[in-house]
Amino acid sequence: MKYRSVFDIIGPVMIGPSSSHTAGAARIGRVARSLFGREPKWANISLYGSFAKTYKGHGTDVAIVGGLLDFDTDDVRIINAIDISNERGIKLRFIEEEAVTDHPNTARVIIGDDKGELELVGISIGGGKIEVTELNGFELKLSGNHPAILVVHNDRFGAIASVSNILAKYEINIGHMEVSRKEIGKLALMTIEVDQNIEEKILNELEQLPNILKVTKIVD
Amino acid sequence: MFRNVAELVELAISKNKKISEIMIEQEMDVTGRTREEVLNFMDRNLRVMEEAVERGIKGVKSHSGLTGGDAVLMQKYIEKGNFLSGKTVLDAVSKAVATNEVNAAMGTICATPTAGSAGVVPGTLFAVKNKLNPTREEMIAFLFTAGAFGFVVANNASISGAAGGCQAEVGSASGMAAAAIVEMAGGTPEQCAEAMAITLKNMLGLVCDPVAGLVEVPCVKRNAMGAANAMVAADMALAGITSRIPCDEVIDAMYKIGQSMPTALKETAQGGLAATPTGRELEAKIFGIPRV
Repeated sequence: MKYRSVFDIIGPVMIGPSSSHTAGAARIGRVARSLFGREPKWANISLYGSFAKTYKGHGTDVAIVGGLLDFDTDDVRIINAIDISNERGIKLRFIEEEAVTDHPNTARVIIGDDKGELELVGISIGGGKIEVTELNGFELKLSGNHPAILVVHNDRFGAIASVSNILAKYEINIGHMEVSRKEIGKLALMTIEVDQNIEEKILNELEQLPNILKVTKIVD
Repeated sequence: MFRNVAELVELAISKNKKISEIMIEQEMDVTGRTREEVLNFMDRNLRVMEEAVERGIKGVKSHSGLTGGDAVLMQKYIEKGNFLSGKTVLDAVSKAVATNEVNAAMGTICATPTAGSAGVVPGTLFAVKNKLNPTREEMIAFLFTAGAFGFVVANNASISGAAGGCQAEVGSASGMAAAAIVEMAGGTPEQCAEAMAITLKNMLGLVCDPVAGLVEVPCVKRNAMGAANAMVAADMALAGITSRIPCDEVIDAMYKIGQSMPTALKETAQGGLAATPTGRELEAKIFGIPRV
């Protein structure tokens, strides 16, 4: 089931005017920000389908930028997000895409700074709820319903077992897990949804494991 | 976990509990939160709804200038006392409009189930409140009942205008409100489902065609009529009238209609009212695009 909580239906509390095109858009931006781990210096934001056709009216562009600035859906600063971002020297580019996507409310957000880049595709499925469908070229399905950790690793035997062993050691229960790779034997991405928040020291421990390249977390 | 309206009603009957109570218990199960936490969270959402209505009733104006002030007109009209339909219905209309006018003005609202349809549930709640004098707990329960029905629609069909048209947004909101009104008025779980079915049947096929892509025209007035629809359907269900087509099948029909609806009529501002001469003219004026 896509919607699990009654507060997905009666909620979120948000700045208008659209739950999918404003609140959902802000959440897509905020997930990207959370995964990037810091404020980006630049952002290229591609909008598809209904997002591309109506973003001006709905403030979708403003909301995604608000999310990139780490503003929540009910943060009134969303209204001035583009001005705030200009003041902070973040370079923004918006692209209205013509391509037809699986979901009408799709955004591709590429953000970066001198140290790195991140590319994320998010869809806004209604009522403010979003899913992340692609991260740095890996397909995934991240609901955002639970805290989650994302592990970039080499596609080798034992990598998945070593990560789940550490989680087991700290008595962390895995609710949902999937693995995605671009090519056999190259890079792969584990998406692990868990029931509780994961401490930094566990993330560090995971990162020390052989074949594990990068570990990031998303808080519920 | 209930997956459809039939299971929801069955659970309520077998446990001899209200729909709202089934929703509260499921929320506690799913999230691991205590009853108090779940109720407090909903109370916070209720406060946001109250504040939005209070603000809208005083009069707001959107940035585009397309909407605002109609809630005030309606309240003044009610005060004069010469209305034709009914005070509670018109009060619901006014408060639904108030909420959506605040939404259009980029104010703070609570999505129910979406922002574009955020007026219907609080509009009816605060109007029915004046008639039934519920406790705070009963007002919170109203939102859980509405949420329970919305939960089924969201999981089995859609609550997104871009995916299913306005029937998925104001249609769903209206059905949710009708069911919640019935419970607050002392109706049975079956009657809640009937009210939802009757309401949604009359919203089927409603397209999402916002002028200039703004959540203003016709969204604000669709919330008004969504609230009126919910009030009348609730009265019908309480009168003992039932829907020949079961609620779950109506929801399924709504989903399929949404799938077959052309993209131009699903929140792309390319068809319907958005594509009328006046709609296009307003769009050009708002965004400063020279007329072709």
